[in-house]
Amino acid sequence: MTSIQTEPRSGSRSGVGASVPRPDGTLKVTGEFAYSSDLWLDGMLWGATLRSPHPSAWIRSIDIGPALAMPGVFAVLTHEDVPGEKFYGLEHRDQPVLAVDQVRYQGEPVALVAADHPETARRAAAAIIVAYEPREAVVDPRRAAFDPSCPPVHPHGNLVRHQPVRVGDRFQAEVVVTGEYEVGMQDQAFLGPESGLAVPAEDGGVDLFIATQWLHVDQDQVAPCLGLPKEKVRLSLAGVGGAFGAREDLSMQIHASMLALRTGRPVKIVYGREESFFGHVHRHPAWMRYEHGATADGRLVYVRAEILLDGGAYCSTSRAVVGNAASLGVGPYEVDNVRIDAYGVYTNNPPCGAMRGFGAVQACYAYESQMDRLAEACGLSPVEIRIRNAVSQGSRLATGQVVDSPAPLAGMLRELAAMPLPGSTVTRRSITEPSSAKPSSAEPVPDLRSLPGGVSQTTHGEGVRRGVGYGVGIKNICFSEGFDDYSTARVRVELLGGEPHVLVHTAAAEVGQGLITVKAQIARTELGIDKVTVAPADTSVGSAGSSSASRQSYVTGGAVKAACEAVRERLDSLRAGDPELGLVELLERFGPVEETREYRHRPTFPMDPVTGQGDSHTQLALCVHRAVVDVDVELGLVKVVELAAVQDVGRILNPVALEGQIHGGTAQGLGLALMEEIQVRDGRVLNPSFTDYLIPTILDMPPMRLSILENPDPHAPYGLRGAGEPPTLSSTPAVAAAVRAATGLELPRVPIRPEDIALAAPS
Amino acid sequence: MDFLRPLTWDEALAYKAGRPEATPIQGGTDVMVEINLDKGRPAALLDLNPISELTGWSAEGRTVRVGAGVTYSRLIGELGSLLPGLAQAARTVGSPQIRNRGTVAGNLGAASPAGDSHPPLLASGAVVEAESARGRRMIPIGEFYTGVKRNALAPDELIRAVHVPAATGPQYFSKIGTRNAMVIAVCSFAIALHPGERRIGTGIGSAAPTPRRAVAAEEFLAGELDWDGRSALDPGVARRFGELVAEAASPIDDVRGRADYRLHSLSVMARRALGWAWKDYAGRGSA
Repeated sequence: MTSIQTEPRSGSRSGVGASVPRPDGTLKVTGEFAYSSDLWLDGMLWGATLRSPHPSAWIRSIDIGPALAMPGVFAVLTHEDVPGEKFYGLEHRDQPVLAVDQVRYQGEPVALVAADHPETARRAAAAIIVAYEPREAVVDPRRAAFDPSCPPVHPHGNLVRHQPVRVGDRFQAEVVVTGEYEVGMQDQAFLGPESGLAVPAEDGGVDLFIATQWLHVDQDQVAPCLGLPKEKVRLSLAGVGGAFGAREDLSMQIHASMLALRTGRPVKIVYGREESFFGHVHRHPAWMRYEHGATADGRLVYVRAEILLDGGAYCSTSRAVVGNAASLGVGPYEVDNVRIDAYGVYTNNPPCGAMRGFGAVQACYAYESQMDRLAEACGLSPVEIRIRNAVSQGSRLATGQVVDSPAPLAGMLRELAAMPLPGSTVTRRSITEPSSAKPSSAEPVPDLRSLPGGVSQTTHGEGVRRGVGYGVGIKNICFSEGFDDYSTARVRVELLGGEPHVLVHTAAAEVGQGLITVKAQIARTELGIDKVTVAPADTSVGSAGSSSASRQSYVTGGAVKAACEAVRERLDSLRAGDPELGLVELLERFGPVEETREYRHRPTFPMDPVTGQGDSHTQLALCVHRAVVDVDVELGLVKVVELAAVQDVGRILNPVALEGQIHGGTAQGLGLALMEEIQVRDGRVLNPSFTDYLIPTILDMPPMRLSILENPDPHAPYGLRGAGEPPTLSSTPAVAAAVRAATGLELPRVPIRPEDIALAAPS
Repeated sequence: MDFLRPLTWDEALAYKAGRPEATPIQGGTDVMVEINLDKGRPAALLDLNPISELTGWSAEGRTVRVGAGVTYSRLIGELGSLLPGLAQAARTVGSPQIRNRGTVAGNLGAASPAGDSHPPLLASGAVVEAESARGRRMIPIGEFYTGVKRNALAPDELIRAVHVPAATGPQYFSKIGTRNAMVIAVCSFAIALHPGERRIGTGIGSAAPTPRRAVAAEEFLAGELDWDGRSALDPGVARRFGELVAEAASPIDDVRGRADYRLHSLSVMARRALGWAWKDYAGRGSA
């Protein structure tokens, strides 16, 4: 045995399982945190981007002369100035660094300017003369998918991926319900706009300080476009103001680097809020047709579905999003006969890609809406129909994959349904008639903040009906379908001022989720040393993979744990000759001990292109929500009174951080249900601002009742299960179901708009 | 862009006379948004913040004179009983930070049809005190709004104050937004009962090129209400009032909402707001 501090899980009060506060918390609340938009170097230039006003057009000429002639302008660049590869992309390199002879979406970058003042750069960009020849924009995704006469957005056609799932052949049942559902285009709406600073280096390379989700995949895309070897493109993570998938694709990384290399000066680019809406991908809007067949007692016999996802002008992550929609398209339910067709298409609409929930969100809204319809058709409660069909450990998913870790969905639903319901916030009065008597004017009006409409005072209780709804979601954790998904951690133990000290170094992006805190907690637990420093993330250590897919606690957490274990083994072997040797003496004698380890989760496999079968996911996570809403049925305004959730996370690493993830994911799902939508007409965005793209405020997001379960996944470090995304799935259908219960309306589309309720014909 | 910073009101008028294209700025909650979103670049900004006399209000007889620099937060905190409709509207403006900076005069200067102050000013019969180096002018609120984001101010005029009659009866403000706080109005409505004159005041926001009154609704209702007996409101009258309010609007479809929804919700808000106001009036009579 080891007698001293290297005993694993030594009960450090700041180790795994403790609510360790995050180091950036106070700084962010007090406005002192340095975000990527705060980066500054003396003598730096400012970059600006000229973007296409058209969703689809030929570019006949670009005249940069007027911009170059402006005092203070140092460079004006077009696609002709891209030093290396002219295209990049996460899955498929189809996106031009700068538009080459044509533009495929409104907002596509066409030219760049570097100037000594941001206003000069902006004016110079506006002075560039581009001769566009607009052409028909492909804006109907159904036409893009199925109409052979539709013009191709790319030479290889408009279909990005079609993924079928085929199981069984019995597509008849006693009870059949069908539905068509639509999900609007949601935005990640991070608060810190795209920004970064590129600094030219003496070796001809570039040092890029950037807010991103995955440094190494940025490096993989940036270096070839700059015509540089990877080692000459060094990335360091700058302060990230939220991500939610929107920083998976490149934004200004190559642009700032090109301008820096051209001018020999550091170049900073910061998007404004409006530009940001054109500077990142959004969640795929979806059109879905579902048919569920069941026995009279509510057991699923079959599910048929067509899921159409609009990927917009470039591929981004559309292929993987389609894979998720297909593989998780029936939800966490046992069903023997499945026929799903999921499609992702190119159009000239805004490019869509990764956003929290990643393809599983859209399908979840549809299949949960269907489960409610089925419950009604079978005369069962929404909870009962879900319990009767719930997966559990050992169940087979539609892909044939067997659930091989705890999945106690039925129990989660029972626990959720047993939670107490909140009391009424409204003293009911007559719905439409003004008060007839002469009541005392002292009769209390309910707190307006508790009513639909809030202090805007659209009701004092008139027209308000309560509804309760349930939602269930299943999300794959980590990258799927055969991706080599790993992370790297370097852990060093040394004496600083005579005390043992741990340095943890990874390239994993802290995007606000709290990973820095968790890495330090793991190091304390594994090494029994309280003093832990987490080094800034950069590309001088191996890839950590993406801060996506709820995967960093699992994969980078696993890598830190593995590196700590290696350090511990090394210390033990050094100590072998002298078991009584203390850690301080050991480090004094042998010097620092450092180990680097890669960690991989169990391999996954591609989906069969014809049947969709395959063990495509490594871990699956469940969350269930109950929403209680008050709806002003006359005006269509909604107040969510409470959201309750039960989620199984396998093992809680940091309770307060975990609750924050569940609250945040739930709020984002609420936003999709009730207000968040990028409105696009004829390929043009109508509401690129936080004035008109609404996200929930504290008066929209209700208090939450949470139950967090710990049924460990034996395959994962500490038994943990990724937690960030699952609540984003289930809160949307729960809120929608509650609004349906309050109104009696079908509401087949989210976000639900006030007029969808107020102007609906009574059903 | 020039930045002009007068220290006195007379100096401000002189600046404005010399630079009529200068945009006055007080809280900056509207002007700065336009600038930051690159919607427009004024040739000059005329900063009225140093002029401390603008930040006061005073009750002069039955009228409250609200200085151009009085913030929404102060309206809510100090004028809730004298000007309840305006205070309720102020409470729906933006976030606490915005309410700490924004002013009614700024709302008037911008003259957006969606401005929250306009409906209660219309319902109360407010008067805008405008001034230039040439002299002072009192503009009745009904003549102030001349088009989308346009008002009756001459290029050299500044808003010095707005005169709002103190409430003589119940007042309510109601506003539709797609979320429960921090929204620009999809549409809005204000009602003010003027029992002494047996008159109803109304104001409609965000449902026409300018804020406007629902005159036919006011006239209809004034004749139907039992001012003396304070008897119960006839539901048919309330419904008809709502319809007439909607008929006074001429909304459009835009990114915030559909025209038909605006008409529908105006009629509902008008009916409900009348119900609250009449209940207060009737209840006060029995007290």
